[in-house]
Amino acid sequence: MGMNAIEKILANHSEQETVVPGDVVVVDVDVTVQFDSAREDVLKLANPDKLVLLHDHVVPAPTVQAANNAKRMREFVERFDIKNYFPVGQHGISHVLVAQEGYALPGQILVNADSHTCSSGAMNCLARGMGPSEMLYILCKGRTWYNVGPTTKVVLEGKLPERVFPRDVIHFIPGQYGDFAGQNLEWHGDGLAGIGMDGRLTMATISAELSVEFSLFPYDDVLAEFLEGRAKWPFEPVHPDADANYEQTITVDMSMLEPQVVLPGKVAWNSKNVGDVAGQKVDQAFIGSCANGRLSDFAIAAEIVKGRQLAKGVRMIVTPGSQAILKDAIKLGYVETLMDAGAVVTNSTCGACFGGHMGLLADGEVCITASTRNFQGRMGSPKADVFMGSPATVAASAIAGVITDPRDV
Amino acid sequence: MARTFTGKVWKFDHDINTDLVIPNFAVLMTLEDQLKHCFSANRPGWVDEVQPGDVLLAGRNFGVGSARNIGAVFHGLGIVGVVADSFNGLGLRNCINAGLPPLPCPGILDVFDEGDTAEVDWVAGAVLNVTTGATVTGAPIPKALQDIVEAGGVEAVLRNEGYLAAR
Ligand code: SF4
Repeated sequence: MGMNAIEKILANHSEQETVVPGDVVVVDVDVTVQFDSAREDVLKLANPDKLVLLHDHVVPAPTVQAANNAKRMREFVERFDIKNYFPVGQHGISHVLVAQEGYALPGQILVNADSHTCSSGAMNCLARGMGPSEMLYILCKGRTWYNVGPTTKVVLEGKLPERVFPRDVIHFIPGQYGDFAGQNLEWHGDGLAGIGMDGRLTMATISAELSVEFSLFPYDDVLAEFLEGRAKWPFEPVHPDADANYEQTITVDMSMLEPQVVLPGKVAWNSKNVGDVAGQKVDQAFIGSCANGRLSDFAIAAEIVKGRQLAKGVRMIVTPGSQAILKDAIKLGYVETLMDAGAVVTNSTCGACFGGHMGLLADGEVCITASTRNFQGRMGSPKADVFMGSPATVAASAIAGVITDPRDV
Repeated sequence: MARTFTGKVWKFDHDINTDLVIPNFAVLMTLEDQLKHCFSANRPGWVDEVQPGDVLLAGRNFGVGSARNIGAVFHGLGIVGVVADSFNGLGLRNCINAGLPPLPCPGILDVFDEGDTAEVDWVAGAVLNVTTGATVTGAPIPKALQDIVEAGGVEAVLRNEGYLAAR
């Protein structure tokens, strides 16, 4: 039996010739990413040239504690002479930045102490979230371990209908199949050719909500073009063997999909067609985060709100994933269109996505969001409800004041 | 570390997420302050009732969510081990790295009522309900990962090897 692409990347980075589900495999890490703070007690680094440091969760610092953390990071950068550092002003959400700047590369292993690190799977890069203390281990030793889980092959067929998006695909799957705790997803199928990098990054990012270990996209023409002139280092893409090992195959005919809304609280077994929740009143609408804070998200939101006004009593917050995205969105007129409709366009930060330092919800309020999580208390009050939809669904709902099918506006 | 832990159980449901363990407003707090807010949204007052030596039981997909260090919080509250139907990979890593023994064990919620006493051999996977005599068998984590737990977690390993400054 051959290996799938995930098993092959693991094997390439380990002393094992082959890797199968059930193994614990020890691997060398290619790229390490760390945000917002750094430890003062670290004495030596394994690979300072492949360490990427940045500020993202709370930018610019909203509290003295956050400011002190940021200061510790700047001192760490000085102390170890870190080259790949993004100070405030060149900042962006880690997962957005590593894609944009060409640090996450095919066939490589990237680690970051954040659960949405699986985002870089869109670049055929093996990446998953780590805990904060094991990041220390990787900084010091350049190695980590993975539990090798069974892999599901997801075959995407057909073309997404008008105003149905990759975000809807990645809501549909856990709605039908539940969580994938301890398992991997590998993306296949002719339908992928029609999904650009922004959409793949959304899907890989939200894979964290499916509880996967890894979510890996193939190296194809779409990815090759994206990496042209962007990749920071040489790389070797990895393709699955013809007789690769998969636990199961899921086939999704994208042409049949409706916009999908995830109900509050959890993601597994919790999605509905937008029509089933249409009419639900909303107080806040948010577009942003590492999942949907990219230029194409600004574009669709601007297209939908253009020439319209937000419903009375609704706040809309739009947060770019990076400074570079904000600059482009300004140049292309998206920011002005959104502001004309009554939206607040913010600085790039994680911000409202985790109720970190702005855009929090009050008791009893309802939010429709294109960020990553709908957990109780995620975006402010534990007595608020968070629904999730594509940026188009969020924008349409902000205009109507109730959850709305984006095909109806 | 003993291969068995014994204690009074607290039962939690499926899909217990990290934001319930460490609410967002507590993310930047010190660990000591975070302890006060564990499960404040879904089970207010729990942190005042839980006792050192207690055991946590949960359903499927335990620890889904962010990278925040849930293992350190449970450890800080004196929880001696977690048994769940299944673990989110990152939640599992954070238990292991904090030196808190985790045991994946499908069906665990069916053999315990809250307040029963559990005796768990997390290395072999044998679970006994001391209160009722019922048993269930789990799927222990691999030996290499058990070793990290037994060493007291990943920071203890690094400190011993001279990678971190002495405290
Ligand atoms: S945008 Fe949200 S999900 Fe993404 S890294 Fe920031 S807090 Fe996490």
